[in-house]
Amino acid sequence: MTILRCIILTFTTILLVNCQRETQVEKANRDKILLVGNGGEPKALDPHLVTGVIESKIISSLFEGLVGDDAESDSVMRPGAALTWEHNPDFTEWIFHLRPEGKWSDGETVTAHDFVFSYNRMLHPDTAAPYVEMLYFIKNAEEFNRGKVLDFEQVGVKAIDDFTLKFFLKEPVPYLPGVTRHYTWFPVPKHVVLSYGKMTDRFTRWSEPGNMVGNGGFVLSSWRLHDHVKVVKNPFYWDAANVQLNGVTYLPIENFYTETRAYLAGQLHVTYQLPPDLVDKMRAEYPKEIREDPYVGSRFVRCNVTRPGLDQVKVRMALSYAIDRKQLCDTILKGYEAADTYSPDLGDYKPESVLGFDPAKAKQLLAEAGYPDGKGFPRYSLLIGSGGTRATSEALQAMWKDNLNILIDIKALDSGSYITAQQKLDFDLALAGWVGDYLDPTTFLLMWTKGNGNNNTGWSSEAFETMLDEAAHNQDAAQRLRIFEKAEKLLMDEQPIIPFAWQAKTYLLSPSVKGWPPLLLDNHPWTAVRLEK
Amino acid sequence: MIRFITGRLLQGILVLWVLFTLTFFLVKALPYGPFQSEKAMPDHVKAKIIAYYGLDQPVSVQYKRTLKNVLSGDLGLSTRLEGRPVDEVLHQAFPVSLQIGTLAMVLALLIGIPAGVISAARKNSSIDFMLMTGAMIGLCLPSFIIGPVLAETLGRKLLWFPVMGWAAGEYQFLILPVVTLSLGTAAYLARLTRAGMLDTLSQDFVRTARAKGVSGVVILIKHCMRGGLVPAAAFIGPAYAGIISGSVVIETVFQIPGIGRHFIKAIEAADSPMITGIVLLYGSFIVLGNLASDLLNLWLNPRMRNAAS
Repeated sequence: MTILRCIILTFTTILLVNCQRETQVEKANRDKILLVGNGGEPKALDPHLVTGVIESKIISSLFEGLVGDDAESDSVMRPGAALTWEHNPDFTEWIFHLRPEGKWSDGETVTAHDFVFSYNRMLHPDTAAPYVEMLYFIKNAEEFNRGKVLDFEQVGVKAIDDFTLKFFLKEPVPYLPGVTRHYTWFPVPKHVVLSYGKMTDRFTRWSEPGNMVGNGGFVLSSWRLHDHVKVVKNPFYWDAANVQLNGVTYLPIENFYTETRAYLAGQLHVTYQLPPDLVDKMRAEYPKEIREDPYVGSRFVRCNVTRPGLDQVKVRMALSYAIDRKQLCDTILKGYEAADTYSPDLGDYKPESVLGFDPAKAKQLLAEAGYPDGKGFPRYSLLIGSGGTRATSEALQAMWKDNLNILIDIKALDSGSYITAQQKLDFDLALAGWVGDYLDPTTFLLMWTKGNGNNNTGWSSEAFETMLDEAAHNQDAAQRLRIFEKAEKLLMDEQPIIPFAWQAKTYLLSPSVKGWPPLLLDNHPWTAVRLEK
Repeated sequence: MIRFITGRLLQGILVLWVLFTLTFFLVKALPYGPFQSEKAMPDHVKAKIIAYYGLDQPVSVQYKRTLKNVLSGDLGLSTRLEGRPVDEVLHQAFPVSLQIGTLAMVLALLIGIPAGVISAARKNSSIDFMLMTGAMIGLCLPSFIIGPVLAETLGRKLLWFPVMGWAAGEYQFLILPVVTLSLGTAAYLARLTRAGMLDTLSQDFVRTARAKGVSGVVILIKHCMRGGLVPAAAFIGPAYAGIISGSVVIETVFQIPGIGRHFIKAIEAADSPMITGIVLLYGSFIVLGNLASDLLNLWLNPRMRNAAS
């Protein structure tokens, strides 16, 4: 009995202590620390070594590009490390004037030489930066990266003086300011990187907590794998006086149910993603906290056009017309929007709407292709990776069965095999998607050129590439977009990919977080976020 | 005894070498390689990275190099976590798994053994029925059900405990994962203990003791415990090794920074150095756990002691 009493007493004490405790969010509100669900563990925090969205969220708090993210709108180009910029009439030469008060988090001045050093490091073949293609806009950048040009002096980036940076581009890029907001264009501190090793050393201790120096609103203070990444306010940031947060804690929660539970239990301010099957419940129970923001991502079925049957446009169109996109988005991909073309909303870029649900037409096209009522159609499979794509694939499977009378198997692979199979064209159909890096159609269209590492369909078109080339050299911003629209129409007329939904960011946001309006690129500048009790 | 232990340790080293070799070649046989990402990188960049890790060399050369490095205590650099030394990762994650696992094991022993003993002592009574039903439920319910149910009820609804997180081992954060992790083992221990105790209780010497008028409690604790715990003791070693090697389910549901998730992620990313490092760590613990179990059994069971010597 004594033991029983002891146990009851211990539990009661624990409960009483816990009941009186304030939630972590309440404490964080007092301390002005934002608690963010960040979807997974970052691979690294050196901007030159990563390719992912998860990393970009953290890196954007530690570094700032020439142009900054605006808290209210993706299309506003706010001064960042650069105060002003100008370009020549054909957008091939750009000059950025850095802010003289710009400082690294160790108090050193941010200079144009740091930027040149960063691009040299990123482009150097020995660094082997995985996302180096983002810098190929610069003249001779690709040649230098491939070892065809050995002298970095020939690459089109120059420090005119300490605070003036000039770019010579290989073709007109009217949207360059938007591109410089991507982390691949951020500067790294030359003096710090070199104090831990050579410029081209891939892994040195410079990017660890305590060593890492950046020019962003925050400094890395602690990183524990699968637990947290903490950043604290950078007192040397040029706009530190207006930064309201004292820090941000990123939690790499991969399980979105765990993450949602943590939010509801007062352990997080903002989640990374709401599981689709909880969307309805949250809409009903937490209408003020659920956020369904449009996002620059597109989901599609990738076709291997080297497979018999799938090599015919009519077959691909039949598969496309057989998909009831609205039903898919209403029932499974909740929050997503039914796609009527490939690229999602990109401002002034308006490609023609061509996708639709028309079972009769789908049947007819399949018959015309030689498979009347699905007879003789090869038994193909739809490749999916790990993650929440099974329900979508089953819905597509059912729609194709019902509307075309063809049976498509579902082949689920782990993520490594899933990616490899696509790269080797060892698949029939694959469920895939693409998220844009900046707000310009090139981020969605360039990948469908011949030999591009992200194409993986076996499809290419000279006419398509001629259009892209023509647009690239067009100096009229509006005309340029019209040519891209035509190129996208061509892509949709052939449909090597069958788009079905535009992505949305569906997540939960605490009412105490202010300065977080919907943004297409979802790059909320941490320096503008506030916490109110 | 020393010969026995030395023999078993040498056997263990052989086991670890076989384990290392098998793992190394199995990873090489995966249908995909490291450095896969949704956004493809240019081929020349990928080739550079592969060369950086020495993965462009013939497999036999890689094997010899890795074996040599492992023998000198260097587990290499993780390919998934961009150049992070594997031993650094294990150094960070292992104490977490060790803490959670040890607490869970202690809790499992505290629940499982008494439950088994009581059940055996009150065979076929309502208390036996209740305890064994509980054990059966504990065995049947997987932790991916128990974990979220506990987190949802005690965590989210009642706000008694945090639903996830580690917070450098603060006790509130430990309770739900430790309880979840211990239940299955406790259930198994209870059933093993009950069976072992029943077996011992049916022996002739127990009947003699009863006839002599020895009290039930004394018979149970003094005469039967040692023999009755033999099956459970054989299970404890490997179970402990398994439990501290990390549980992916617990780590994912409760967001615990232990070893289990590193293992799964490393396999998904064909991160050979990380996989090998964790397999060797797991392997060492299972070898040591088995040895500890055997030693415990020797102490408990005189017949085995004679056989060993």
